[in-house]
Amino acid sequence: MATTLTERRSEAARGADWREILIWAGTALGVAGMYMAILYAPEEATMSHAQRIFYVHVPSAWVGFLAFGVVFAASVGFLWTRRRSFDLAAHASTEIGVVFTTLAIASGAVWGKSAWGTWWTWDPRLTTTFMLWFIYVVSLMVRAYGGSGGQSARFAAVLGIVGFLDIPLIHLSVVWWRSLHPLPVVVSSEGFGSGLPPEMLYALLVNVAAFTLLYVALFSIRRAQMGAQDAIAAQRDDDRRSTFRRGLPGIQEGSR
Amino acid sequence: MSALAVVRQLLWKDLLLELRTREILTAMTVFAMLVAVVFNFAFSPSPQDALRLLPGMLWVTLAFASTLGLSRSFVLERDQQCLEALRLFPFDPGLIYAGKLLSNLLALLAVEILLLPALAVIAGVPLLGHIGALAAVLLLGSVGLVAVGTLFSAMSVNTRIREVLLPVLLFPLAAPVLISGVRSTLGILAGRPWADVLPGVRLLVAFDVIFVVVGYLIFEYVVEE
Amino acid sequence: MQALAVRDITKSFGPVRALRGVTLTVARGEALAIFGPNGAGKTTLLKIASTLMRPSSGQVLLFGADPSQAPHLRRLIGMVSHHSYLYPGLTGLENLLFTARLYGCSDAEARAEAMLAAVGLAGRGGDLVRTYSRGMTQRLSIARALVHDPQILLLDEPYTGLDRSSAAAFTELLMAMRGSRTIVLTTHSIEQGVALSDRVAILVDGVVAYEAGNGAGDVRTIERVYAECVGVPA
Repeated sequence: MATTLTERRSEAARGADWREILIWAGTALGVAGMYMAILYAPEEATMSHAQRIFYVHVPSAWVGFLAFGVVFAASVGFLWTRRRSFDLAAHASTEIGVVFTTLAIASGAVWGKSAWGTWWTWDPRLTTTFMLWFIYVVSLMVRAYGGSGGQSARFAAVLGIVGFLDIPLIHLSVVWWRSLHPLPVVVSSEGFGSGLPPEMLYALLVNVAAFTLLYVALFSIRRAQMGAQDAIAAQRDDDRRSTFRRGLPGIQEGSR
Repeated sequence: MSALAVVRQLLWKDLLLELRTREILTAMTVFAMLVAVVFNFAFSPSPQDALRLLPGMLWVTLAFASTLGLSRSFVLERDQQCLEALRLFPFDPGLIYAGKLLSNLLALLAVEILLLPALAVIAGVPLLGHIGALAAVLLLGSVGLVAVGTLFSAMSVNTRIREVLLPVLLFPLAAPVLISGVRSTLGILAGRPWADVLPGVRLLVAFDVIFVVVGYLIFEYVVEE
Repeated sequence: MQALAVRDITKSFGPVRALRGVTLTVARGEALAIFGPNGAGKTTLLKIASTLMRPSSGQVLLFGADPSQAPHLRRLIGMVSHHSYLYPGLTGLENLLFTARLYGCSDAEARAEAMLAAVGLAGRGGDLVRTYSRGMTQRLSIARALVHDPQILLLDEPYTGLDRSSAAAFTELLMAMRGSRTIVLTTHSIEQGVALSDRVAILVDGVVAYEAGNGAGDVRTIERVYAECVGVPA
């Protein structure tokens, strides 16, 4: 993205950046989504206006899961082909996934405070999401402290695969765990979708679309940044070596 | 050379090294006992509470103790880059995983055999009546713990923050083992019908099968360069 | 017949390119010495040749076959690296037995004993490696690499830590294998490398800067070329 004036001018001459278009489209759709969430969708009978946080909560959670699905696919792709672009995609998607999962957990807590009267409850979905959040935060730790570039990429890919396969097991075990000790107020999130008035459903769908678009935009920008970082590092390495080297004599004598 | 013979050689080497020093087993057992004692300090359970708290104490203690043994097991290989030497042998690197999995499992089971009676005494809970079911759940849970633990130990040993990284990798991933282990143990000790314990056992079996297979297949990517 | 061929090998660590298109072939029974400054990619190249490391691109062939498709070919390789590959908690003999058995040698005991004697450790085989001196450890590590009688020896600075008499003994051992075994070694001593090899290559910044048969020149010439390639005298 352009920063200086000259860069902006030269970029304008080249025509619009498709990433920028994505960002603006996502933002516009997001504004429409917020309008629908706050003004268009009807007030929920029992939960009143607090229910409207679900237009943020559900899309965030959705994007979190989507992002981790992409991490899984990219991790398999990376171990299979060893192409660095898969690794960068997995890395970018992990970062964005963690951000949106954090948003989902935080908005879930706000919802919980108003619906159940408590910030946190070990609801199976919340718990699974929380464990998910841990796995991918650790994956970012592995990338930060995992050693040389190639090694931390492999480790993160292994974790991206193992972690994703673990999700259903975590969810099953959490559900079973809670079933032995039912909560005093069991609020199942299943209520959504089926008994939803059409206005609510439309508002939700628009927001899901907006968040998904933002995910794609953020992903492609982050991915491009990482690619640029790589290019700079490679260039630096080249420069360092060529100053170190005093020009190679071009001799390649035949061996016998 | 058959896969079985390879694994036997690898296991023989680990056992010989351990029997000579007994450092891993001693450290794990002492640490496990200490954690158990600290739990009693922290909760000072009454006899009625003890039954309810014991499963949690048991599994948390095992999870902590297992990280000690798991991280040591690859430090052995790292000092002189012996893992590299193992990868030079003409067999599937998955067998290295299998050998380590077995030696880690044996260490954890040995600790359990020592810990269980101690816990029964400390917490004052009679365990002998349920020993068969308890042993089955412990075995299944231990396989799960070391299945993912061996994989992550091989990863963390090659990083700058190895002792720190292993538990943060292991605990979220092993959550199904800990949850199912605790709940199944609780059900067994409370004398609940088998049907109540079965979902947990089933989960443990699923976890074991999935991650032993995945670990075997993916280990190659963890140790390569 | 090429015992070992690496073709157009590149290796990147993240954005850093350690090898940038290396092609080298070593005929059966030939000895190749690789020189180069620290960080030139010598160890990376040996690791790739030994199948320990997978190249980012390019091909490794052992006797014409791709070892990544045929793991049993790894049996042909004996490697001495910067690390001893030994378990300090096992005795010298146990280390060799472990290695010989895992290479599938049927006469593991006899080979282990013979190798111990060959590196002059016959009397110390029952002692833990932990109690060995650095030179003894290096000798045992050489024995470890040779215990399964490999066709191809990859030696990464094998003289490190050897005193004068051990070095002479090792040179003798290598000389006895000249012609029948294929040898690739890296070393900082050009004199030693030239004496032990039929051919030399100089690796600088991940490319082969110079490659020639030893007939092309004596030690002095190669030292001069090395200085020219690297920019500093060896």
